[in-house]
Amino acid sequence: MTKQQQTGRLLLATLTMAVLAACGQKAEKEASAPLVEINKDPYPSTYQALPSPATLITNVSILDGLGGQIDKGSVLFQDGKIVAVGSDVDAPQDAIVIDGKGKWLTPGIIDAHSHLGVYATPDGPSHSDGNEMTKPVTAQVWAEHSIWPQDPGFRRALAGGVTALQILPGSANLVGGRSVTVKNLPGRTIQDMKFPDAPYGLKMACGENPKRVYGNKGGPATRMGNVAGYRQAWSDAQDYQRKWDKYTQEHKAGKNPTPPKRDLTLDTLAGVLNGEILVHMHCYRADDMGTMLDLMKEFDYKITSFQHAVEAYKIADRLADDQVCSAMWADWWGFKMEAYDGIRENIPMVHKAGACAIVHSDSDLGIQRLNQEAAKALGDGQRAGIDISKAVAWQWLSANPAKSLGIFDKTGSLEVGKNADLVLWSADPFSSYAQAERVYIDGGLAFDRQRPDSWPVSDFELGQPGEGDVK
Amino acid sequence: MKKTSIALLTGLLSLTAQADNIAVVGGYVHTLSEQGSVNNATVLIRDGRIEAIGEGIEIPAHFRVIDAKGKIVTPGLMGAYTSVGLVEVGSSAGTVDASYKPQDFSKAGAALDVSYAINPDNSVVDVTRIEGFTLAATGMSSTHTLFGGQGAIISLGDDDNLVKAKAFMTVSVSNAGADDAGGSRAALWPQIENAIAEAQSLKGRALGPKDEWHGQLSKMDVNALIPVVTGKMLLVVDARRVSDIRQVLAFKARHPKINLALLRATEGWRIAGEIAEARVPVILDPEPNLPYAFDMLGSTMANAGRLDAAGVQVSIGVDTHNLRLATQHAGNAVANGLPWQDGLAALTINTAKLFGIDKDYGSLEKGKVADLVIWSGDPLEVMHAPEQVLIKGQPIKVESRQTKLRDRYLTLERDTPHQYMRP
Repeated sequence: MTKQQQTGRLLLATLTMAVLAACGQKAEKEASAPLVEINKDPYPSTYQALPSPATLITNVSILDGLGGQIDKGSVLFQDGKIVAVGSDVDAPQDAIVIDGKGKWLTPGIIDAHSHLGVYATPDGPSHSDGNEMTKPVTAQVWAEHSIWPQDPGFRRALAGGVTALQILPGSANLVGGRSVTVKNLPGRTIQDMKFPDAPYGLKMACGENPKRVYGNKGGPATRMGNVAGYRQAWSDAQDYQRKWDKYTQEHKAGKNPTPPKRDLTLDTLAGVLNGEILVHMHCYRADDMGTMLDLMKEFDYKITSFQHAVEAYKIADRLADDQVCSAMWADWWGFKMEAYDGIRENIPMVHKAGACAIVHSDSDLGIQRLNQEAAKALGDGQRAGIDISKAVAWQWLSANPAKSLGIFDKTGSLEVGKNADLVLWSADPFSSYAQAERVYIDGGLAFDRQRPDSWPVSDFELGQPGEGDVK
Repeated sequence: MKKTSIALLTGLLSLTAQADNIAVVGGYVHTLSEQGSVNNATVLIRDGRIEAIGEGIEIPAHFRVIDAKGKIVTPGLMGAYTSVGLVEVGSSAGTVDASYKPQDFSKAGAALDVSYAINPDNSVVDVTRIEGFTLAATGMSSTHTLFGGQGAIISLGDDDNLVKAKAFMTVSVSNAGADDAGGSRAALWPQIENAIAEAQSLKGRALGPKDEWHGQLSKMDVNALIPVVTGKMLLVVDARRVSDIRQVLAFKARHPKINLALLRATEGWRIAGEIAEARVPVILDPEPNLPYAFDMLGSTMANAGRLDAAGVQVSIGVDTHNLRLATQHAGNAVANGLPWQDGLAALTINTAKLFGIDKDYGSLEKGKVADLVIWSGDPLEVMHAPEQVLIKGQPIKVESRQTKLRDRYLTLERDTPHQYMRP
């Protein structure tokens, strides 16, 4: 079969539905075929929130996630949304009232970097679904097609106050594939967890990983090989974009053009160039990030965040200028050369330069105490003379990750009208001893530490030692 | 030439003798000894050792005073299971002395001895000690052999780093150990029993080059196991699920002379009473609370607290590059049921006892080495940190290549490139 015939068949298959629909009026002359458009949401969210009765948490220390703190404040939420935040809030008569004395209330934590579900526990080849290590550019793969919603890690993260998270493919490839943002409410399928209307992300990777994985598999074998790989991919995507633009324009002009052959890899890359898909790029070294800042200008796209960004502190001013976020650990270092210059003040130093700082986990353990990761970074920053308050630092955990995921209009701060994603902490969450006592997602009580019989247990852990135990 | 060395040596000796005697004054001192915690205490340090601790102690003339008012003072912390001093960068950056590819001379791994490999200039040492860690048990991390070799206890001070060579031998009876032994515990345990029997057959006398030997182990391996079977060298056994821990306890019952500790004991909480009764201490990392494998199904952060409540001696401090986070790990164990004092003991005296160095280390007591930390607040709290660290009675420089990198880049706008700026 020739390539053209193949395309023709695909096209025929794609158009069958449309042609059938149009069957009633038999075409008298060769009419223009219906415009072929790509469905951008073929795996739509089926998320359903828990019941959200009117709830008032009162007499509590509030960090609003925007840098503000209210002592002895109250938050009222109902039907999934925040209704009021302040020192003096009236609640409806039937509202559930929770006395927050001695406790703290914050926006839910949002982890911008997780592999839950794509590298689920138990570990092992059967659950290794995060890196499509078959070629360096695999923009065609989507993390959501790998995620196992029964990964026990989701429940652990919930007990740590995580209400939403981005799940990314791994970093073996130059372009690893699409990420997905989910709500941390257990579901039977991943669609049940998908954050409605959240944009897609694209995972890309700098530095050591791609060259290590592909060095003996046809390349890239070097950092310069990596960059050539990204450039070629973007160039191909531009070409693809032009073909589709031409097709659409000709169709609009009443011609009967043949649509370009759909290419799943280039669909995703073109989605970035169109500004619909947000790039989250794994980069450690300052110089790697510096090159990427030029790369994004060369191909006129935006890198939304650098992930890990262990050396972001060396170029924080430039990250601020180009408005690229850095999603960072508090203190990981030394496990490979590009992590050798990790310092404990990275996060506060990025913040101080006016750049967007995010505390991320990339870990099924770290995700359970991101509040402590922020606390360590804050303490280290303060000791280095960087004056940041706890209220401001909470932005690293909710507002900034929400912005980087394109969901800040919906969540990430305690503001009237936003989703009631919030955590009631047993104590100041910048403490080793504080625990998430109640976690609300869209106003529904998803985790209640006081009631062990209400805790979600993954299918995998049912009937196993430790089922339903404190974890 | 000889003269020079003698002169140098004399110089060094006199330098040691001239080292400051120090009084740490006014802190809330957690001694981890029978003396308990003493507020507003004075700790007198003479010639690198503790001379006295108490409230209202008179400070002798010529003692340098360090003000610790409003601060917390603890013994120096000790890493319980690490590869500090053996690994600079773990992946793709050259030799890692903590890993070994099996060779004929030691197919069983027992002969490996890290005391030859410890590098005091390892950057992990500075990074770790400025966070309050003054000692570490250090050993191999990857060998794929029956035994994981002989580990050592090191000081993170400026000189004389080796505190105790050949301090412990490691073995894994978890999935990893079974995999390396041919894929099954059914293959692993007979190999362990055989190795023990071969070492016992030597009756304490090491084989020489001319001795005839028909055992399965190499001569070097069987010789290395002699102190294990005589109970002079601690055997650290990585066991995770209940059935494996019970096998270890049964092993100890069969070989009562062997001195052993459990590593990880993930499901230990399910049989905490049995572990306590067998008087087997546990080294663990409280954080992993996920079923990473089928031998870790019952993992929980409550493990440390539950073991402790049953009377098991628990040590915390399992990591290398981020051993410094063991204070946070202990804090999380406290949040999950471990009493605070026991959390601190898990980072200090328990570990010193475990490795048999508690005569000199692990608590603040008269006569012990003055490894001591002055903290800005609760050491288990994530926002607090050491302000001063004394090792062998001397304050160390609170500096590492990480603090230097920080200081270089704290100001980004400079007239000259950053490489000209040396903090």
